[in-house]
Amino acid sequence: MIVRISGDGQFRLPDEDADRLNELDNRAVAAVEQGDETGFRELWSQMLELVANDGNALDDEELTDSDVILPPRDITFAEAKGEFTGDGLIPD
Amino acid sequence: MPGLGGRMSTVIKAKISRMLDRAEDPGETLDYGYQKQVELLQNVKKGIADVVTSKKRLQMQSSKLEQNIVKLDTQARQALSQGREDLARLALERKTLAQTELQSLDSQVKELEGQQEALTANEQKLRQKIEQFRTKKEVIKAQYSAAEAQVRISEAANGVGEQMADLGLAIQRAEDKTETMRARASAVEELEKAGTFEDLSQLGGGQDDIDRQLSELTSGAQVDDELSKMKAELGSGGGDAPALEQGEEKA
Repeated sequence: MIVRISGDGQFRLPDEDADRLNELDNRAVAAVEQGDETGFRELWSQMLELVANDGNALDDEELTDSDVILPPRDITFAEAKGEFTGDGLIPD
Repeated sequence: MPGLGGRMSTVIKAKISRMLDRAEDPGETLDYGYQKQVELLQNVKKGIADVVTSKKRLQMQSSKLEQNIVKLDTQARQALSQGREDLARLALERKTLAQTELQSLDSQVKELEGQQEALTANEQKLRQKIEQFRTKKEVIKAQYSAAEAQVRISEAANGVGEQMADLGLAIQRAEDKTETMRARASAVEELEKAGTFEDLSQLGGGQDDIDRQLSELTSGAQVDDELSKMKAELGSGGGDAPALEQGEEKA
């Protein structure tokens, strides 16, 4: 699967990582909903770590849609409240 | 991938993809998008320039403050050599106040400098990304005309649409950050302008509001220290009556 980190670039990850990423994302949503900034920070850095460890950066020449778009690395907690929400994925 | 990321960017991405899909000439849409990005980046650059201007003004105020500190020190010495310990004390009190002010000003300048560096690095990164986008856009345009307008190059168009959306968001974010910094920088400037240290250099204006009294309390020990040091330096300065009379005549 292809993951984009906003403002950074695209990475190719093994499909098995989807579940792990999804789980971290769900927990991040929960942390944000509880106003738990420390918890969110921890989960967010785990998500970035997963991409850094398992992902290979896509070539600049490649033009591909991403399966997942993550927010910018330096996302603030206030911004996270807008991104990590229960029904954040708005259908087209 | 239900529930996972994409959110804001997904919506914009979808919009751009639809726009590209519907456009009679996707090349034009891409050109327009590129043009927009370049314009937005100009705003970021302008914002950074404003932050730099604020920083420079604060630096100027900082050096003015340094001069005042030297001046107050000299005045304290003069007052003491003329036996006016009361005036010397006042001058030293103001010097202490000015030193505190200088410290906070310098740390503000330092912080602005750090922020300015971060904003500039960000701006350069965005500039590179926009340049990359320009290259990709040309590739897409070439492919499109080669396909004689019939074949959808939707995968590539989606890819470039996503990149365009992402770049747009990144630039937007940089602009927001720069705007915040600019606002903060000018707020600090305003504060410093309205601050007390303009009258710090004038001796004898004696205003004793609570702030002053409080800072006198905290700076009292330091003032005492400096005063006795100064006295020691000047030899047995002060105390004799003629010097005191002279001082009063001058005042």
